[in-house]
Amino acid sequence: MTPSAAKVDTESEAKRRFEKVQKIIEEYGTDESALIPILQKIQEEYRYLPEEILTFVATALDLPPATVYGVATFYAQFSLEPKGKHLIKCCDGTACHVRKNQPVINAIRQELGLKDGKKTTDDHRFTVEIVSCIGACALAPAIVIDDVVYGQMTPEKVREVLSQIESADNAEATK
Amino acid sequence: MEGYITIDGVKTPINGKKNLLEVIRASGTELPTFCYHSELSVYGACRMCIVEIEGRGIQPSCSTPPEDGMVVHTHTPEVMRVRKMALELLLANHHGNCQTCEKNTKCRLQELVQKLGVKNVRFDESGETLPIDDKNQSIVRDPNKCILCGDCVRMCKEVQGIGVLDFAGRGSNVRVCPAFGKNLNQVECVYCGQCVSVCPTGALTIKSQVDEVWKAINDPNKIVVTQIAPAVRAAIASEFGITDGEHALGKVVTALRRVGFDRVYDTSFAADLTTVEEATEFLNRVAEGKHLPQFTSCCPAWVKFVEQFYPEYIPNLSSCKSPQQMFGSLAKRYLSEELGVPRENIFVVSIMPCTAKKFEARRPEFAVDGDPDVNAVLTTQELIKMISEVGIRVADLPLGSMDMPFGFKTGAGIIFGASGGVAEAVLRTAAGSEANANVTEFHEVRGLEGLKEANVVVGDKKLSLAIVSGLSNARKVLEKVKSGEANYDLIEVMACRGGCIGGGGQPLPNDMAAREERKNILYNCDAVQPLHNAADNPYIKECYSKILQRPNSEVAHKLLHTKYRSRRRIQGEDVDLTDTKSVEKIPVSVCIGTNCYLRGSYDTLRRLINIAKDAGLADRFDFKATFCFEKCMSSPNVKVGDKIHGGITPDKAEEFFESVIKPTADIKANEKLEV
Amino acid sequence: MTPIAPLKSPQDLEELKQKAISAIKACSTRILVCGGTGCMSNGAPAVFQAIKDELAKAGVPVRADIMSDEDEKAISLGYSGCPGFCQVGPIVRIFPADYFYVQVRPEDAKDIVEETVLNGKPVERLLFVKQDGQICKTRNEIPFYKNQVNVVLAECGVIEPGDIRDYIAHNGYRALAEALFGMTPEAVVDEVTKSGLRGRGGGGFPTGRKWAATQATQSPKKYIVCNADEGDPGAFMDESIMEGNPHAMLEGMIIAGYAVGADEGYIYVRAEYPLAIQRLRRAIAQAEEANLLGDNILGSPFSFHIHIKEGAGAFVCGEETALINSIEGRRGMPRPKPPFPAQAGLWGKPTVVNNVETFANVPKIILNGAEWFRSFGNEKSPGTKVFALTGAVVNTGLIEVPLGTTLGDVVFNIGGGIRTGKPFKAVQIGGPSGACLTKDHLDLPLDYDSLKSVGAMVGSGGLVVMDESTCMVEIARFFMQFTQKESCGKCVLCREGTKRMLEILEKIVSGRGRIEDLDLLEELAIAVRDGSLCGLGKSAPNPVLSTLKHFRDEYIAHIVDGVCPAGECEAFKSYTIIEEKCKGCGLCAKKCPVNAISGEIRKPFKIDKEACIKCGACVDACKFEAIMRA
Repeated sequence: MTPSAAKVDTESEAKRRFEKVQKIIEEYGTDESALIPILQKIQEEYRYLPEEILTFVATALDLPPATVYGVATFYAQFSLEPKGKHLIKCCDGTACHVRKNQPVINAIRQELGLKDGKKTTDDHRFTVEIVSCIGACALAPAIVIDDVVYGQMTPEKVREVLSQIESADNAEATK
Repeated sequence: MEGYITIDGVKTPINGKKNLLEVIRASGTELPTFCYHSELSVYGACRMCIVEIEGRGIQPSCSTPPEDGMVVHTHTPEVMRVRKMALELLLANHHGNCQTCEKNTKCRLQELVQKLGVKNVRFDESGETLPIDDKNQSIVRDPNKCILCGDCVRMCKEVQGIGVLDFAGRGSNVRVCPAFGKNLNQVECVYCGQCVSVCPTGALTIKSQVDEVWKAINDPNKIVVTQIAPAVRAAIASEFGITDGEHALGKVVTALRRVGFDRVYDTSFAADLTTVEEATEFLNRVAEGKHLPQFTSCCPAWVKFVEQFYPEYIPNLSSCKSPQQMFGSLAKRYLSEELGVPRENIFVVSIMPCTAKKFEARRPEFAVDGDPDVNAVLTTQELIKMISEVGIRVADLPLGSMDMPFGFKTGAGIIFGASGGVAEAVLRTAAGSEANANVTEFHEVRGLEGLKEANVVVGDKKLSLAIVSGLSNARKVLEKVKSGEANYDLIEVMACRGGCIGGGGQPLPNDMAAREERKNILYNCDAVQPLHNAADNPYIKECYSKILQRPNSEVAHKLLHTKYRSRRRIQGEDVDLTDTKSVEKIPVSVCIGTNCYLRGSYDTLRRLINIAKDAGLADRFDFKATFCFEKCMSSPNVKVGDKIHGGITPDKAEEFFESVIKPTADIKANEKLEV
Repeated sequence: MTPIAPLKSPQDLEELKQKAISAIKACSTRILVCGGTGCMSNGAPAVFQAIKDELAKAGVPVRADIMSDEDEKAISLGYSGCPGFCQVGPIVRIFPADYFYVQVRPEDAKDIVEETVLNGKPVERLLFVKQDGQICKTRNEIPFYKNQVNVVLAECGVIEPGDIRDYIAHNGYRALAEALFGMTPEAVVDEVTKSGLRGRGGGGFPTGRKWAATQATQSPKKYIVCNADEGDPGAFMDESIMEGNPHAMLEGMIIAGYAVGADEGYIYVRAEYPLAIQRLRRAIAQAEEANLLGDNILGSPFSFHIHIKEGAGAFVCGEETALINSIEGRRGMPRPKPPFPAQAGLWGKPTVVNNVETFANVPKIILNGAEWFRSFGNEKSPGTKVFALTGAVVNTGLIEVPLGTTLGDVVFNIGGGIRTGKPFKAVQIGGPSGACLTKDHLDLPLDYDSLKSVGAMVGSGGLVVMDESTCMVEIARFFMQFTQKESCGKCVLCREGTKRMLEILEKIVSGRGRIEDLDLLEELAIAVRDGSLCGLGKSAPNPVLSTLKHFRDEYIAHIVDGVCPAGECEAFKSYTIIEEKCKGCGLCAKKCPVNAISGEIRKPFKIDKEACIKCGACVDACKFEAIMRA
């Protein structure tokens, strides 16, 4: 079950669906063997596995939280970090590297207020990842936002691109 | 299993051993292992114990049952190559310097690398350096030295029944850690230190307070006083090269004075005191028929366990402090008076077999105006290191005796260190005073088994006892008590199997064989004491006549008794359930920790939200679900603003909303709003 | 869909079978669109809809399902399972004529309806054309199929997996009836043992022996587990069986349950197969409706329930004990064996763990007998095997051949030889756990023991054919990267050993390898193979060891000569501007991210090889194909 590609709402909206966790646990039961299907359903609902929810599931199933954490971090399907609405992939292939992609990456993180290894903004609008060569070396340094390639990026262009996306979001919200 | 196996050409009897490894070891070849532990389930991951079995190829011997007729080769070139490669790969990932490591010369990785002749690591050191967890006072966790053998995981889960540590991640990202990678002090660890005892490397070690003690010793203003626990004396002989075990204590006493301690006392004295207080408390409860079964409370890991997992049994815990704490409390009061110094100038060091005692000493209720009753706790391992630092050859020292009056004990105080010891000590006192050698001995409660039951007659009372060691056994007993299946009057619980002699601070190896030996030493010590009933200790009697008046008196309660509180198991964040845009909202948090949850707190929450919606007031309140106010006794709990209200079951939701929640929004109760 | 009445006896089943056969027979035209994952993502749904629309336009009534035969004129339109020839999808088959239409587009629907449905004639342009220009009307004329023998896949592409009655019409569940009412459990185990069926998941362990061991272990509770966690990249045999004929697998599981004394079964399917999961759920629901699953099957005292458990993204869960741990809700880490699942498996109870294809073989063995099964294949490896044939061959797709077919037959007679016309170089058999076979092995029979004798294995059935443009070192690196990522991390040899092997391989393909690395690589490979805890670790070094054995010269070339003989590894490519072709437009220089190209306008430009980072941007930019990459 791949997580649905639904829009990510704000954090409070996502947590409001905590009631769903109850229902999910009721549906699958509290035996240890229900753990993985429960986690799969929760991930479908929340797009990731929130820490508080995992602790709650541990209590409901009478399992040590460390064990539940161990299962959640073993399987590739599970993500313990929510991904933002817009996924920004910064290419770190050789060409982009040589063409100074680092200032661009720094500018993106600064503009979005991402400090200390944080990958997703608080309002879950953006997630920033570093990826290996995307094959657009002629456009280096390049970033990809939601499958659209933005080439020859500079720190100055970053602000432009990001605000473009934000206004598109706002326009959609007020429709 | 019977029959014979041919090992390296030699026919060897199986003799009922459960796996091939044990047969091979019994035959005289010490096969290397990391992850095999006879008390834990078989894991089979380290691959060090592999052997070549004819017809089956290379197999791990720890998980293979022996079969009559097997032909086994323990050191073929292929097998040796695999073992060496495994070690080489482990070393390549092992960040850290042997020379400065706590486990230097005692590390099994070091030992095997040497033994198997690994001379070269042909791989670059890889991976990031992970942060060291030393935020608690008992255990230091260094994941960079972990070889992922899983012994700590299985010990904590299987023997201690908690499961604080587990594997996380996959492949080369795997690490052993508490839930969410938190630190031990943020999760439900009780600091029993059994994980430290089984860890083959320096990944789990004891947090040392030796430097603190040196500072106090070197401080001319401080009077440094020490108490030695009974279990310590049973474990130190071989460490110091002392061949006559009974004299070990005497030599150590001399050593401690040379190191610089001003007074050397015996925790067994305080254990006698604890016995008298607890026996009195117990007999009172039996007479009143209240708060039974009584649980012993001298084990701090057990106390934390109850506070976290079974807070409903807090009233059953004996209110007596542990001997360590009783000593600290009494000693500081007595010595500051006698020596005419403020109590802050007295530095009490307890030498314990136990890592959880470090946690106990820091409990805020065990201090007077900020000055702790026990200033520092050194485990047996730290004691050995401290004495070695000075270079004293303990075996050559003359014997010394302890200081008075706190150095005088009866045999009852000594046997506290073994499982069953506390129960027996209490029984001896409850049985009455007989100051001669024909004292009643209670053999039913002795032994290393994890669960012992005894029915004893004391005077005219028939008493049913359970003696438990190992926390997973404690869980079992608690569940039986909960369900009504078991009816005990007194339950002694020690977190460590076999009792304190197997504590997390004891020297290694700390296996059952070592514990058996230590247990015998303690009971032998008891046998040669002139007194065996704690109440007969003349200095204890003096304590009562001079200070405490009588057992369980008000003075005794103030100095020697304590209270407990329920604890949350894991630190985390609240879960918002409503929109939090407006700042004006009144926060209403409902606890969904286990106890509250089991009593319907979740339904309470749902009802409150719906009631608020129906009344058109949903936007005035900020409903949250939260984890654990630590008021489990009064569950379900709801916090409105700053105040926590207990007992709000779902049927009380409406009344609660009207009378408590609504008024906080300046809306009069029963006032209906136009929606 | 017309409801399925519960079958309360073998007679009921026979009755339903006859009804279904006549209903299908009475249908003048039956259109089956391939509904396998491959075709579904390649446009099959659009084709299906287009045909449906055209039929409506032409006023041709369509049956609600194959049983609805009230209207004589109504024809049948449905989705079948994968017919195997994935290369030429979307595939549409017409019965009873057995026309085999390939690469069908929605626009073709009109002609299909007009010419084939209404006029009974084939649409020639949709038929398969052989390399020599000959047109093949029916499936068996197509070379890809001519040399195959379909046992397990016989119904895939011929029946609708979404309707149990289609399966019943094709002898479905007759074997179960025979077992329940005509054989003792011991007799069933005996028959499977006599047939010589070996585990098709890769292990090749004699299935009968596994069942016998489980049957012999005393326990009131036992389990049947189907391993549908097909994780090899490039393998889709089990997927096609689950999507195309799920009932064969279910029937096999139920028969196994009866044989060993289990009343409950689990199918562990990887989450990345949503269509297979869907088809399985539907099949189980229909079987329950028909009383072929559940309590008192067909009115017998035997009950069996099947549950589906979805994987969560871990290749290692294809290992049986890791799979069991996963069903139990834990991390998918393997357990040491012994004890084997036959003694203590799921929740400590005796468990049979078998692969999808293994179970799918069982009904026909029971129905036709062990001797019949032995008529395919050879003595030690009887029966057929489904392979996924991919790579540099002309015909790629799913094939089924008797075990013992030679490698050459598969590559040339079925695969049609090398697509590019270049010489055959090697075949990787068994995916990331497998070894490679070279042209020296073209006469090697593909069966369990012959492959084992050359250090290879049948594996799950993935066959990747390679020509000279494939670098064998890169193949080893690619598979090691996969295995390393999927290692569970329990034992140090696999966890760290694969990581270090990957490090060395990456160094070699990027031009930084040293000759000492080769020895270390081999040493690591042997240690990991000998010392790992489970099959994943034990077989992870196979690609490395076999490429070192057969293609050592390629490794040496990378390390010592600084050359990739196959011309694949980027690090060894040299970019040169061909002077004669260069117009001096300077476009490449503009695009070069490292300013490695220089020159004057209208004169040939030059690439500085030292500065070049081999990104290929210049090649893409050049409009005159003046830059050579070799």
